[in-house]
Amino acid sequence: MGFELETADHPERLRRVAIDPLSRVEGHGKVSILLDDDDRVRQVRLHIVEFRGFEKFIQGRPYWEVPVMVQRLCGICPVSHHLAASKAMDVIVGAGQLTETAEKLRRLMHYGQILQSHALHFFHLASPDLLFGFDSELSRRNIVGIAAAHPETAKRGILLRKFGQEVICATAGKRVHGTGSVPGGVNKSLTAAECDFLLADSARMIDWSLAAVQLIKQLHRQNPALYDNFANFRANSMSLVAHDGSLDLYHGQLRVRDADGKLLFDRVDYQAYGQLIAEGVKPWSYMKFPYLVGLGEERGWYRVGPLARVQNCDRIGTPLAEAERQEFLAYAGENGRSGPLHATLAYHWARMIEMLFAAETIAALLADPALQGDQLTTSGQRVAEGVGVIEAPRGTLIHHYRVDDDDLVSVANLIVSTTHNNQAMNSAVREVAKTYLDGRRLTEGLLNHIEVAIRAFDPCLSCATHALGQMPLEVLLYDAGGAIVGRLCRASGGGLSS
Amino acid sequence: MKPKIATTSLAGCFGCHMSLLDIDLRLLELLQRVEFDRSPINDIKTVGPCAIGLIEGGVCNAENVEVLREFRRHCKIIVAFGACAVNGGLPAQRNHLDLRDILEEVYQTSPGLAPGCSIPNDPELPLPLNKVHPIHEIVRVDYFLPGCPPSAEAIWKFLNDLIIGRTPVLGHGLLRYD
Repeated sequence: MGFELETADHPERLRRVAIDPLSRVEGHGKVSILLDDDDRVRQVRLHIVEFRGFEKFIQGRPYWEVPVMVQRLCGICPVSHHLAASKAMDVIVGAGQLTETAEKLRRLMHYGQILQSHALHFFHLASPDLLFGFDSELSRRNIVGIAAAHPETAKRGILLRKFGQEVICATAGKRVHGTGSVPGGVNKSLTAAECDFLLADSARMIDWSLAAVQLIKQLHRQNPALYDNFANFRANSMSLVAHDGSLDLYHGQLRVRDADGKLLFDRVDYQAYGQLIAEGVKPWSYMKFPYLVGLGEERGWYRVGPLARVQNCDRIGTPLAEAERQEFLAYAGENGRSGPLHATLAYHWARMIEMLFAAETIAALLADPALQGDQLTTSGQRVAEGVGVIEAPRGTLIHHYRVDDDDLVSVANLIVSTTHNNQAMNSAVREVAKTYLDGRRLTEGLLNHIEVAIRAFDPCLSCATHALGQMPLEVLLYDAGGAIVGRLCRASGGGLSS
Repeated sequence: MKPKIATTSLAGCFGCHMSLLDIDLRLLELLQRVEFDRSPINDIKTVGPCAIGLIEGGVCNAENVEVLREFRRHCKIIVAFGACAVNGGLPAQRNHLDLRDILEEVYQTSPGLAPGCSIPNDPELPLPLNKVHPIHEIVRVDYFLPGCPPSAEAIWKFLNDLIIGRTPVLGHGLLRYD
């Protein structure tokens, strides 16, 4: 699977159905499906349809602005970009080892974000499909429906997210687009009162996260035929792991396993990510297609995010989450199965294990007096180039910058989590189309199955829009009074003119 | 009947939508008082007649123009919701650059690309405009709510005023631009 159904031989003879816009996901995307006269599916593509061009306009900006600027890539996981950019700039300012206070505050900020983003995804966006059914009534399939049918679940989801946002606000100054992390460290520490305020709620957050793991596990066990088989496809997986092999979402080295779970690469220093990963481009999406250089485009694509991480690491360093990981692995090995679980819906289970890990980690960090320290930044020998990598809620996030002697950024390259999952998401939707849509009369409920598969990846489609496109068209943009305010056309040779 | 609210994000980052969710448990109260029409939080894909349309993000491609005009046609009140809708925001930083240069750099000359990459050109992809525009350059806008993003408190006060038919007034501390 994967490249089958990517391109039909004669698209002009086929009927097009589009899911546009994708909803209950973050960002702008659509799926196009081409069908023949017998309703057989011939082509399915996930398109990322927007461009914003961050990599280019960061160039020429002073390096210290970058950690704050790049957050505007994404309003759901701004902290990921804030921290990945900060980590790259740490290298550039020669801050090899941050102060204990700075490193722990950044970790706290990051795990706050993991908690809020995972809670948002599970409760606000994905749970309606899982609790009501993929083809349940459209008007119920949202947080409003959840609030009516499962008020306690909705309330917990909102409060879990709130707690994560408050952790971010305490460490970064704002809930969305804060400014707490700077090249070489952080710009504020916490007071004892702030730690106590957050600690007061932390035990309840652990309980509720544990309950969320139980909920998704129960759904999985109640309907294994659906949960195990829906959008199941084999893939390599990539994530950061800590030096001791444990799950660490803030820092570590890159590890890649093949579809059987065997190590392909391990302990790769991410400063050299360019030797591990290259990116392909397809004419129908602004989002690139990364792959492992050693395996090539055809075989080298991979999965990132919770499903990859929970199975890539050797253990989780907090007791409740580790117990849940063991149970997850035991389930993966049931019924004579071996190797990693490739079921797309298992992303939700893995994500909730990570939410529990985040809640436990936050509670432990808040009790640490180092958070109240006053050694906030450090620096050393300034260098020209740096790479920062972090495990964002959705997967591995790579920021790479070169800064010239005038302190202005001259090169920026970003590979965001959702981009790594591009081929995996395309494979998932093709698998679903083949199983559920092929030869059938399409209904809204059937089309929602496609979106259920995409949602499981928790894609951040706006993160993934740092590219541009061209069209065989001329478009004029008029203002309300009829005057032309914008114009763009493509020449026959492919060049653009305006 | 409850008033309807529709929301969308054009060339934005969804941060303003996140700030809307940051009203936390008051979200449940809001859901008692209004009904959501098209919005990223539900599966309604086309906008119908609404009292209020919240537009996050500026206008960066042909599809944004269409969506924005649809919202204007159906919503009595259009709100430029956050910095990007108000003035283009950070994505408008590309306005001083040449589109062709960015295209070539991203798809043809940047490091780490597979051999033979070219610029995406499929008809499924909406045409990017060579500038990012604030929404008031395309449609009439009734209210501007600044901030990157506007705070949850500001959004709560603003929506409450609108819902009961009062001209929204943001007091001290709520009207911010950061």
